[in-house]
Amino acid sequence: MRAGAPTDLPGLDPTWSRRVRVKDADGREHGWHVLDTGPEDGAAGTLLCVHGNPTWSYLWRRLLAAPPPGWRVVAPDQLGMGWSDRLDAPRTLAQRVADLGDLTAALDIRGPVVTVAHDWGGIISLGWGLEHRDQLRGVVLTNTAVAMPEGDLGPALIRLAHAPGIRATATVGTPVFVRAATALSRPALPPEVRRAFAAPYRSPGRRRSVGDFVADIPFREGHPSRAVQEAIAEGVRTLDVPALLLWGPRDPVFGERYLTDLRDRLPRAQVHRYEGASHLLPEDAPQYAAAVARWVEDLSAGPAAPAAPSPDPAPVARPWAALAGRAGDVSPAVVTVGGTAVTWAQLARRVEHLAAGLAAAGVRPGQRVALLLEPSPDLTAAVYAVWRAGAAVVVADKGLGFAGMRRALRGAAADHVLGAVPGLLAARAMGLPGTRIAAGPLTPARRRALGAAHDLAELEERGRSAPVPPECPPDTDAAVVFTSGATGPAKGVVYTQRQVGAQLDLVRRTYRLSPDDALVAAFAPFSILGPGLGIASAVPDVDVTAPGTLTAAKLADAAAAVDATVVFAAPAALRRVAATAAELTAGQRAALARVRLLMSAGAPVPAALLRSLRDVLPAAEAHTPYGMTEALPVTDVSLEEIDLAGDGEGVCVGRPVDGVEVRVSPLSATGAADGPLTGAAGVTGEVCVRAPHVKDRYDALWATERAASRDPGWHRTGDVGHLDDEGRLWIGGRLAHVVPTAEGVVTPVGVEQRVERLPGVSAAAAVGVGPAGAQVVVVVVVRAEPARRGRRLAVAGDDLAAAVRAAAGVDVAAVLVARSLPVDIRHQSKVDRTALGRRAARLLAGSPVRRRGRTR
Amino acid sequence: MRVLVTGASGMLGRATAEALLARGDDVTVLQRRPAGLPCAEVLGDVADAAVVTRAARGRDAVVHLAAKVDVTGRWAEYERANVGGTRTVVAACAAEGVGRLVHVSSPSVAHAGDPLTGAGADPADPAAARGSYARSKAQAEVLALAADSPGLAVLAVRPHLVWGPGDEQLVARIVARGRAGRLPLVGSGAALVDTTYVDNAAAALVAAVDACGPVHGEALVVSNGEPRPIGELLGRLCGAAGAPGPRRRVPARAAWLAGAVVEGVWAATDRRATPPLTRFLAEQLSTAHWFDQRRTRAALGWRPAVPLEEGFARLAAWYAAADRQA
Repeated sequence: MRAGAPTDLPGLDPTWSRRVRVKDADGREHGWHVLDTGPEDGAAGTLLCVHGNPTWSYLWRRLLAAPPPGWRVVAPDQLGMGWSDRLDAPRTLAQRVADLGDLTAALDIRGPVVTVAHDWGGIISLGWGLEHRDQLRGVVLTNTAVAMPEGDLGPALIRLAHAPGIRATATVGTPVFVRAATALSRPALPPEVRRAFAAPYRSPGRRRSVGDFVADIPFREGHPSRAVQEAIAEGVRTLDVPALLLWGPRDPVFGERYLTDLRDRLPRAQVHRYEGASHLLPEDAPQYAAAVARWVEDLSAGPAAPAAPSPDPAPVARPWAALAGRAGDVSPAVVTVGGTAVTWAQLARRVEHLAAGLAAAGVRPGQRVALLLEPSPDLTAAVYAVWRAGAAVVVADKGLGFAGMRRALRGAAADHVLGAVPGLLAARAMGLPGTRIAAGPLTPARRRALGAAHDLAELEERGRSAPVPPECPPDTDAAVVFTSGATGPAKGVVYTQRQVGAQLDLVRRTYRLSPDDALVAAFAPFSILGPGLGIASAVPDVDVTAPGTLTAAKLADAAAAVDATVVFAAPAALRRVAATAAELTAGQRAALARVRLLMSAGAPVPAALLRSLRDVLPAAEAHTPYGMTEALPVTDVSLEEIDLAGDGEGVCVGRPVDGVEVRVSPLSATGAADGPLTGAAGVTGEVCVRAPHVKDRYDALWATERAASRDPGWHRTGDVGHLDDEGRLWIGGRLAHVVPTAEGVVTPVGVEQRVERLPGVSAAAAVGVGPAGAQVVVVVVVRAEPARRGRRLAVAGDDLAAAVRAAAGVDVAAVLVARSLPVDIRHQSKVDRTALGRRAARLLAGSPVRRRGRTR
Repeated sequence: MRVLVTGASGMLGRATAEALLARGDDVTVLQRRPAGLPCAEVLGDVADAAVVTRAARGRDAVVHLAAKVDVTGRWAEYERANVGGTRTVVAACAAEGVGRLVHVSSPSVAHAGDPLTGAGADPADPAAARGSYARSKAQAEVLALAADSPGLAVLAVRPHLVWGPGDEQLVARIVARGRAGRLPLVGSGAALVDTTYVDNAAAALVAAVDACGPVHGEALVVSNGEPRPIGELLGRLCGAAGAPGPRRRVPARAAWLAGAVVEGVWAATDRRATPPLTRFLAEQLSTAHWFDQRRTRAALGWRPAVPLEEGFARLAAWYAAADRQA
């Protein structure tokens, strides 16, 4: 039965292959094919990599090629599979677990072991782990299952393959199953890789165990392997070693519920979901190998030195503290112009009742509640009630688009969904799990149709007679919010109650907000934060999710409604305000004249825009904070300070706000931010932040979190910039957008600012083409009066090119003209320089006239 | 240092000899026709072993530039001048105990027609090189580098598209076409192309004479490191001569096919004049050619002293002076 060993397959080093003969429990000898990076002597430990069905050890080649330093990698082909000997009878789960133990004994693997497994290899590897607890140091699982989650009948595709007639045909008689296993990847796997996976399964005889493996999945009671499977599935709960779950969410075999089941059994497991990846995770997310290596290396290094704890942790202000503090205040807390006014006392009571009602309805501390609700009094009350109940809010805004929201919300795995009718309809369309809570009254029919278990009024009513839940510990998760997704899928960002409390405190201190202040919240997120900040807020009579609909008059009416001293608004809203200033009445002007502070955020805020509002808000000091989804604010700058700073290399975003530390990690010649953190002036690098209000972690993105916080306690922002002699921070662009030229690394924003000052230029983007370290700078400009026809991207005329070169301050290889720049969906302002760079590179490569060949 | 420069009648050979003389080296030049340089001169064919051996006698270093540079002509002529000539030079260095050979090559020796964007100096590949010139130069470079040994340090230097005042190869042809209104823009005109101002190329060869020894057995591409879209470059070169720039656009594929036809006609009729277009030229004008200069600059301890803009200004001044004389 012995077949050849694999040779000449992409990514596979033939020196890894070895054959081992091992006696099984019945005394029968079997020939195993094993990929092995070789000897254990001196190795820190062994990664034992177990494939599933119908793949083989080829699956692990990237881990074999780049193992954690000092670690040996052993990846066997299971008996009957890959290039191991074929079997003449089916093999049970118990036998396969025992086989793996016999093999590791034969290979004399005695030191520490981390198991790494995929698909049906998962349960076999865990069975091995339970029998080798003294050796087991960690568990890595990718797209696998150890048990059918309650109420689940098993993966539909596997069940189909399980039907006797179909199984024999699909798995053994034809290569359909073998080929299908590698057909799920998007983008498709290279044909030569698919051929490599199928290579050991060319004839029905060689596929026999593929069918037997499927048959051994214990779907029903009384299946010979059922007891062993259940024992392992329960045994997993007793494992006390670190675990890492790497998951491809597009898996049609092992869906999201299998990940949920594994997380339930391994509650301390670290998780990374690779958006876009399907069942064959090690193929779809090749970066998994680096993540495993990093994780194992961290294990070997022992627990990281804890970030120096702040010497005296400040008493934690809970997010609802300011609201609770004004529970006896009958002045308005939240005013919706043209709608309702809610007093502090009413809001505080409503929040307590709702919190009690939520708890009574089964919302537990540590659970997640997805809020699919437009900014409204209901949303505001719900947010504080969820916090008070000890749960976390999950908030995804429409700016992500339907597909982006769906991906984000499914990934966050909320236990409950709270929404009005459109939100609950969307939740159904997205296939979100969780109980449904309706905001607003519903007819019984509608309620049934939407599957709503509760509505807010009912919960509030129930809460009147239910106990208010006890305060949860301050490090309980409070919120999952999402990055803009401008560069890839939106990332979930988790904040604890401590961090939300710290953020509210920081905003209050930075802008010297007191109970005497009142704000107009024309920027959706701030319409929620008013009660947390302890200041009255008014929402203008416009759609706060469509900032372009705000006018000066509506802003003034909202200001008058609460005697506002502070205005928060997105730049898009302020543009309309400036444009409609002429419509203001004397009374409206008087209301706006009382405003002492104008704050704008949500997208880059040009100084010229702030300047244009001096007429409308004559007494207001204009400020704009710098920060990101993971930490806001980091710095703040006023219009006066912007003017004082003048022009420089990038955008001056001001000084770090009180309690925030900023450092940079200097850039290498190829544009990697690998230098040690420094606060020295004039050094350009990745901006790193440390503060009590920085996010706790990325959600289910272990590798991303590990990379972003590789300096313990510091968050890497992905922005590049430098500090100046005065301690001001200047932002030069995104780390992913720097241009590493042979003369040094060029940051794009400074170049763009200089070019955008040229007459006739409305926007500019500086991108790099060529290999990292030897790139050249290309400037793409949009003319103030763009041509309506012609190519999307073309070489600029001589005069424009000369003007841009003279202004740029760096050598510019080419000046191109575009009709528009690609921007993100949410802010319509973040230029996707990576995409633009690819387009520029294609144009500037010229037009190949034919493929390789000889001229003569 | 005592240096032999072959091919000193060309623009780059002359500039190199002058640069060596200017720093006080003892220079001998070898070419077919008198070069009019203030130094010892050997006249003859670079493929003639006796002539080359005599010229190399007592030299510390040889800079070998002599080559047949063209876009048409019979393979045998290229092979004799470029492959045979290099073989003769290598043999002469060995015979006369010359310690250093700077072999002047071309980036086209490693170019199979694909766009080159920030490319390094890949090995010369005679089988893939496009056209007789590139193929013969590829063979020449391979045999020159094969001679690298403890007794003879060999360095291959590949200047890319050398141009400057008095250039009859590149600039004069482009300007003539521009003046005649027959300068086409192949493809989008966007292909990024790097060039080398002649003084920079000469300085790089002088630096190579000094570096040869510690640095040896490798090929280095030399350029200004300032790539520009080809349409812009053609326009600037024509502009320096007061000629109109490229006018007509020709699709890249059409140009390549036209080049193939022209080559066929030229070959069939055995014409000697330069054809208006070849496939090689169509590719050169429509695909990116620019290079990663980090290794070259580190190895030679050289940087281009004349930026592109300064080069255009000098070219314009030279044309203006020429016009005044005319």
